[in-house]
Amino acid sequence: MNALARAWDSDIAYSFRRSPVAILATVVALAIILPAIFAPWIAPYDPFNPASLNLMDGFTPPGEPNAFTGNVFLLGTDNQGRDILSAILYGARISLFVGFSAVLFGMILGIGLGLMAGWRGGWVDSLLMRIADVQMSFPSILIALLIFGVARGFIPQDMREELAIWVLIVSIGLSEWVPFARVVRGSTMVEKNKEYVQAARVIGVHPARIVVSHILPNVLGPVLVIATIHLALAIIAEATLSFLGVGVPPTQPSLGTLIRIGQGFLFSGEWWILLFPSIALLALALSVNLLGDWLRDALNPRLR
Amino acid sequence: MADVLLSVRDLVVEFPTRRGTLTAINKVSFDIHAGEVLGVVGESGAGKSLTGAAIIGLLEPPGRIAGGEIRLKGERIDNLPPEGLRKIRGRRIGMVFQDPLTSLNPLYTIAQQLTETILTHMPVSKAEARQRAIALLDRVGIPAAARRIDDYPHHFSGGMRQRVVIALALAAEPELVIADEPTTALDVSVQAQIIDLIKEICSERGAAVMLITHDMGVIAETADRVAVLYAGRLAEIGPVHDVITRAEHPYTRGLMGSIPTLTQESDRLVQIPGAMPRLTSIPKGCAFNPRCGDAFGRCYTERPDPIDRPGGRQVACWLYKKEMSHV
Amino acid sequence: MSDALIRVENLWRRFDVSKPWLNRVIEREDRQFLTAVADVNFEIRKGETFALVGESGSGKSTIAKMVVGLIPASSGRILFDGTPMTGTVGADMRAIRRRFQMIFQDPFASLNPRWHVGDIIAEPIHTFGLASGADAANQVGKLLDTVGLSAKDAEKYPHEFSGGQRQRIAIARALSSRPEFIVCDEPTSALDVSVQAQILNLMRDLQDELGLTYLFISHDLSVVRHMANRIGVLYLGRLVEVSEGKSLFRQPQHPYTRMLLDAVPDLAMSGRRRKPVEGEIPNPINPPSGCAFHPRCPVAMDRCKVEAPKDRETPIGRAACFALEMQPA
Repeated sequence: MNALARAWDSDIAYSFRRSPVAILATVVALAIILPAIFAPWIAPYDPFNPASLNLMDGFTPPGEPNAFTGNVFLLGTDNQGRDILSAILYGARISLFVGFSAVLFGMILGIGLGLMAGWRGGWVDSLLMRIADVQMSFPSILIALLIFGVARGFIPQDMREELAIWVLIVSIGLSEWVPFARVVRGSTMVEKNKEYVQAARVIGVHPARIVVSHILPNVLGPVLVIATIHLALAIIAEATLSFLGVGVPPTQPSLGTLIRIGQGFLFSGEWWILLFPSIALLALALSVNLLGDWLRDALNPRLR
Repeated sequence: MADVLLSVRDLVVEFPTRRGTLTAINKVSFDIHAGEVLGVVGESGAGKSLTGAAIIGLLEPPGRIAGGEIRLKGERIDNLPPEGLRKIRGRRIGMVFQDPLTSLNPLYTIAQQLTETILTHMPVSKAEARQRAIALLDRVGIPAAARRIDDYPHHFSGGMRQRVVIALALAAEPELVIADEPTTALDVSVQAQIIDLIKEICSERGAAVMLITHDMGVIAETADRVAVLYAGRLAEIGPVHDVITRAEHPYTRGLMGSIPTLTQESDRLVQIPGAMPRLTSIPKGCAFNPRCGDAFGRCYTERPDPIDRPGGRQVACWLYKKEMSHV
Repeated sequence: MSDALIRVENLWRRFDVSKPWLNRVIEREDRQFLTAVADVNFEIRKGETFALVGESGSGKSTIAKMVVGLIPASSGRILFDGTPMTGTVGADMRAIRRRFQMIFQDPFASLNPRWHVGDIIAEPIHTFGLASGADAANQVGKLLDTVGLSAKDAEKYPHEFSGGQRQRIAIARALSSRPEFIVCDEPTSALDVSVQAQILNLMRDLQDELGLTYLFISHDLSVVRHMANRIGVLYLGRLVEVSEGKSLFRQPQHPYTRMLLDAVPDLAMSGRRRKPVEGEIPNPINPPSGCAFHPRCPVAMDRCKVEAPKDRETPIGRAACFALEMQPA
């Protein structure tokens, strides 16, 4: 049996095939993620190239020819004549990049601190977990906002634009390490007392090596679930910050930025500028979240 | 022989899985007579606990009874609706499980749990129920029962908890007690106390016992008859002394030889090669054939049914059919 | 005795089981300590199997873990071939570590589920730098063969094996650093009897072939009788008797040993009734005064309640009981 056939036959693949929700969520997520990744090649326009924009194209309703230029845009245009479809594709690309990077950052940080707390125990554990408790008592978006604000204060004016996206990633990542750390800490405490770890200790394997090569592979299952669910949360957090105007710079609009721009035109009748980016964000966050839920149940049959 | 209390005929228990249906118990038949102790032994996965669970209708889904009959005093109980089964459970069949902690609700006092069982099944007043409960606890050897009855389960030690569970199983004076590994979680010195208690108290009340265990020593001391299960099938059944000292099925013989005892002198233990097959790969014919030193042609093609043997024994092995045909 | 491979001297282990500081202050409680091992002395001779038996809470697993250095002793010394295990560090300790190994109780927990069997067995080989590459793989194949598995099994994962096969893998791992001494902590108590026989036979064969020394921890007296040359009986962390293997079963010296023997089910159906013992094991946080066994002892005297008995020579070893002093040894 080759690897592909084995993967198809595995329990997780079976559970996937049996779950219409998981399949639908995957289709929706891929329908947004793939075009977003390949946006430069498939988007009809380049919304970031001011030269390609024609102000005359502004406020074109979806599917209708523009009153002046006669150009047709599938999802309409915004006030500056930007094609909404292209803007969504590019915006989703930024949203996803920020989301993935932030989760990756939070995950690595959380796994590291969780392994340390779980393995060392004692005061190291108490200290890290109290910090986690304090952080958990604030909404994570507030934490991200706080970190973002403080970080910007330290960055020289001329570099802010350039670094904004990285600052955003670090802020969101820092606001979401706690669940990773808690889960990893809990699993580590269980695993470190198992006999296979004792067997390694008897022969004097270095503790760092035990943690990395013995314990880490055995605590990653739940981490994967949290990562998926938090990807949805990170995308929403990014959108929220961008909506508030503190996220990505306006030259690189994410889905949140597009929604912020769009909401200004809602009551003047140009509904499409708000609606389509919102649907894209909702579909992306919801499908990723549903995938996370499914993964959690599939990896842990006892849970429900 | 006394009346048949419980009769199990061709019991089949299946677990549907996505890779096909697993037959965990495959046509197992035996009787339990009123007042007797039937030991059920087997290694893990042999289906001994499932047999007990099937009888009292506590198979965990997706497991289900897929064939055969279970009769309690002639009345079928394997196809009863949940309500009917609940009436039998506790009232006519009592249960003692391996881990006394899981059989007692930690949130209620011993008194609450005992009187509730008594009140559910017997027409007595609350005060009478409490009196009965105290008498029961006293009988199972809880010191100062009248005072300790209002304690919670965690106030008791492991051995004492198992005594409480036995009291709970006997509260409604059942005709049959199913004890599933009742001493496995206990220390050796406490094991003997509990075994003696189960045996005494059941014979005192005329209750039959189905004693499920992997421990041949416990069976040897307690049971009147013993049924040996292998891979969900009955290998051998008969009076305990005969089966232990003169096992007929090659599996039982190997099993007995592999147990170290306090008297044997040989340096090596008899060992059966290999391990019991998984449910997914039970061989054709006799399930024991890959490990059996005596297997011959027929064992690989045809499954042996239990064959009646002298002394009220049965053994599912072609070796004995061959003998019969020679006679 | 000069041929002692392991010598355990005045070994103590206390565990702090106090509630957290704040709870202690509020509830006005003192710190609480559980004495798991109290003043234990024994030695293990080269090539023998020394067994420790006892019920739960007797401290047998704690001693096993201290011997291999998994937990430190509160006081006392453990000498491996004359070298103290505490205080020895660096290359000297590595050299000692290579010479002992451990086999655990639960073969489902003692093998890392994410590792290939070959990597599991090779870990000691790599850790001690005994071999690498194809040479290591070759050794793993031979070890698998030694324990009755096939060299091809190295590429599989632990979950593809039954409990008995996993215990064989654990034994192969323990053998891979070519140790002299193996601590076996209840190696068969998670296995079925027919598989237990296979593993016990394998362990005896390996001992004969490789000249291994075993510390064998078990609660099962029949298994211990089958395996051990000498036996130590533990009760509440105290070593109450150390005797020659088979003799212990013919003439147990300490009343607790006798009680344990009487409690073993009689499989031979000789008609011997097993005598249930009165009472249960006391809480090790507040052990009885004097001799810890006195509340359950059929021959207890007033003296046993106030004074702890000292070890005393017996015809087959030693035991700690005042009743033995009454009768001529």
